[in-house]
Amino acid sequence: MGHEWDFAFLFDQRGFILRGIMGTLGLSVTCVLAGMALGLVFAAARLSRFLVLRLIGTSYVEFFRNIPALVLIFWCYFTLPILMGTQPGAFAAAATAVSLYAGAYMTEIFRSGIQSIDRGQWEAARAIGFGYLGQMRYVVLPQALRVITPPLTSQVMEVVKTTAIASTIAYGEVLYSAKLLSDQEFRPIESYTAVGIFFIIVLALVSAASSLVERRLRRHG
Amino acid sequence: MGEVLRVENLHKRFGPLHVLQGIDLSVRKGETVVIIGASGSGKSTLLRCLNFLEMPSEGRIFVEGRLVGRETRRPGVMAYAGRELNALRARIGMVFQQFNLFPHMTVEGNVMIGPTKLRGLPEAEARRIAHDNLRRVGILEKAKEYPARLSGGQQQRVAIARALAMEPSMMLFDEATSALDPELVGEVLLSMRRLSEEGMTMLVVTHELGFAYNVADRVIFLEGGKIHEQGTPQEVLLAPREARTREFLRSHTLFRLPDATTETAGEP
Repeated sequence: MGHEWDFAFLFDQRGFILRGIMGTLGLSVTCVLAGMALGLVFAAARLSRFLVLRLIGTSYVEFFRNIPALVLIFWCYFTLPILMGTQPGAFAAAATAVSLYAGAYMTEIFRSGIQSIDRGQWEAARAIGFGYLGQMRYVVLPQALRVITPPLTSQVMEVVKTTAIASTIAYGEVLYSAKLLSDQEFRPIESYTAVGIFFIIVLALVSAASSLVERRLRRHG
Repeated sequence: MGEVLRVENLHKRFGPLHVLQGIDLSVRKGETVVIIGASGSGKSTLLRCLNFLEMPSEGRIFVEGRLVGRETRRPGVMAYAGRELNALRARIGMVFQQFNLFPHMTVEGNVMIGPTKLRGLPEAEARRIAHDNLRRVGILEKAKEYPARLSGGQQQRVAIARALAMEPSMMLFDEATSALDPELVGEVLLSMRRLSEEGMTMLVVTHELGFAYNVADRVIFLEGGKIHEQGTPQEVLLAPREARTREFLRSHTLFRLPDATTETAGEP
């Protein structure tokens, strides 16, 4: 095993690599934000007193949670164009697929968090005069977020890692960039090792940020 | 003396359970009405119907002279618009048995949230209102604390201040002292008594007969979802006309000692 490690080519190709990094970060941020928005809306639907909304919420979760993310991406990129007649870009297809996938998990996280809040909190807010949105925004969600920070963080990290499958539809994120570089430089070991290190660094930062948030939220126990 | 609240033939059903069976009630401005009755008699449900935390099944409720909701085709059954109820609840203060303070906000935050977000007041004015009302219930010195650091009695007084900060036309107390340790009951009752003496219109569901006797203008005894007997505290508590009222009051004696004969009857 006399491999001579040489990461120098990565530095020479830093412009190309930076584009890949931006691709991963852009897709991650998009999918995390969209996934949280979807999760919040569908969690509210799942907890609604209207049967139709509950059914819609449950269907969404059961549908998108039970399809592999890779299949969703292929479906958005290869199948949707045939059905709709227009070809979405790789970013749009990947963002749509991963957001819908992440949103299904986040729906369940938000639902459990909201359900953990005592009914008296809703009632007290309602008794002051708040409507549903006010009760949710000022009273229930801030407390629910405190509860769900740990599982939500895990899910965010999961989403960041899932964006790597966008390489399969040639979206320029880090894994795809690494593959191109490795083919060009004949250095798969260094290329893919660098990808691993990149994800470790990014996710360690996410994890640290989450701990910080958690500590701030827990101050008043 | 205006009428703040009028209730006509109020019914509430939970499925097959007919909890309120036709309540008629009128409360004048500045009046303190205490509602007593055994558990299951419907007193909490009555209170919760008055600010529509429970929807009445039937009957009309007038707040400050205005009928709440609109008539439907079915006689006595009303339809309510969410917006109307939200505005109405802002005008009616409610204090819960379990306090239900918002644990993620400071004491003054709890009291300010309504004035800032619902009444649209600027921070400074909302804070002034919050401090005025915290002073009113004698707990201003805890303004910057979080609810978790307060005793039950202190928390309940904050809850009263929170309701008062909306400047309600009437206050509802739903067993406000039932969850408190005995030594903390007094401070909350004192705040309520002061409020009554200031002329606040109050409907109070309580087991504290001493409070009813000393503070109420009128006592209502609820039984089986109906008003069984009502009158001045002296009439209802000292000289009840109805047999069921007498029975309830007898079982409620403040210092009840175990009766030797009944206590040992079932023992081996």
